Amino acid sequence: MAFTLYSLIQTAILCINAIAVLHEERFLSKFGFGVEQGVGGFGDDPGVKAQVLSLIRSVRTVMRVPLILVNSASIVLLLLFG
Amino acid sequence: MDLPHQGYRASAKPRGRAAPSTSDSILFDDTSSAAPAMNNPVYYTPGYNMAGLSNDVQGGAVPNNMFTDPMANAALMYGSSLANQGKDIVNKEISRYMSVNKLKYFFAVDTRYVLKKLMILMFPYTHQDWEVRYHRDAPLTPRQDVNAPDLYIPTMAFITYILLAGMALGIQKRFSPEVLGLCASTALGWVIIEVLVMLLSLYLLTVHSDLSTFDLIAYSGYKYVGMIFTVLCGLLFGSDGYYVALAWSSCALMFFIVRSLKMKILPSLSSDSIGTGPSSKPQFRLYITVAIAVFQPIVIYWLTSHLVR
Repeated sequence: MAFTLYSLIQTAILCINAIAVLHEERFLSKFGFGVEQGVGGFGDDPGVKAQVLSLIRSVRTVMRVPLILVNSASIVLLLLFG
Repeated sequence: MDLPHQGYRASAKPRGRAAPSTSDSILFDDTSSAAPAMNNPVYYTPGYNMAGLSNDVQGGAVPNNMFTDPMANAALMYGSSLANQGKDIVNKEISRYMSVNKLKYFFAVDTRYVLKKLMILMFPYTHQDWEVRYHRDAPLTPRQDVNAPDLYIPTMAFITYILLAGMALGIQKRFSPEVLGLCASTALGWVIIEVLVMLLSLYLLTVHSDLSTFDLIAYSGYKYVGMIFTVLCGLLFGSDGYYVALAWSSCALMFFIVRSLKMKILPSLSSDSIGTGPSSKPQFRLYITVAIAVFQPIVIYWLTSHLVR
């Protein structure tokens, strides 16, 4: 299995896109990841579910604008160079 | 361009670099005042006093005014201040992303440490004390503590592995320069993936350990030592030797990883009295440690089997 640099970049873009696309109301609430279930428990360590939820939320917040730029750039490059 | 700043005497290399123009040679050259390399007298401008420049081109300090030509003087001052600015900018940018001091800690090794660590990696069964010693809340450098992780061995082992892979492919007459780069990026990709998965699992299960990213890179880089040993045995002794060495280094590496990470991930339960965590926590930590350990032989096999047919 050979990793070229381009395939690594492509993998990273696809994974981050996948995380950023998960919509809270339509999709995540069906699995009990909804926004109304507070992250609560400031004293205890939050469980796995809360951690996953905060991870998804932070990825979405941080990477929203850079993802727009990177995706546009890769679309243009793919159109130009196949 | 650190050579002039340290008054580095001797080498012909700065002179070679200064060959194109005489103004460059004034800036970066010739601080080796005692150097007898007068082989290129054409590079010296008239009225130029070499002795005055020795060790005077320190960072930020104004160089001497020994030039008879004020323009050259001004150019020299400007050039050296520009170089210093460039150096500061580079340092600032790098230290925004990773702290250089933390990185320096990982490379503070010496020969004795490297030898002992290599022996522990290959034969960890007799090593008694796996605790990382601290000194007033800061972990000891690898020079003083054999159990401390370092980045020197993984880096060197990685480079050696790439060279060995090239040699093994050459023996099988499958070598070409692109293959080398491909092998390097594949191995690097696996390291990155493994470190990311480890970080992700440690974060998700809220394991509060003091393992930083560099520690994880170090621990996942130790498998390259096992890989080198395996490939060497495979080349020397054929297919049987390869499998024997694979089994040996896998067991040794798994033992090493479990014993090392046990100290860091699984706290001693008697002193862990920060509230009552859910009872499944120690289980998860054990799972993580064992999963990391089991992952090593898989990667070793994956990355070396194509080298030894």
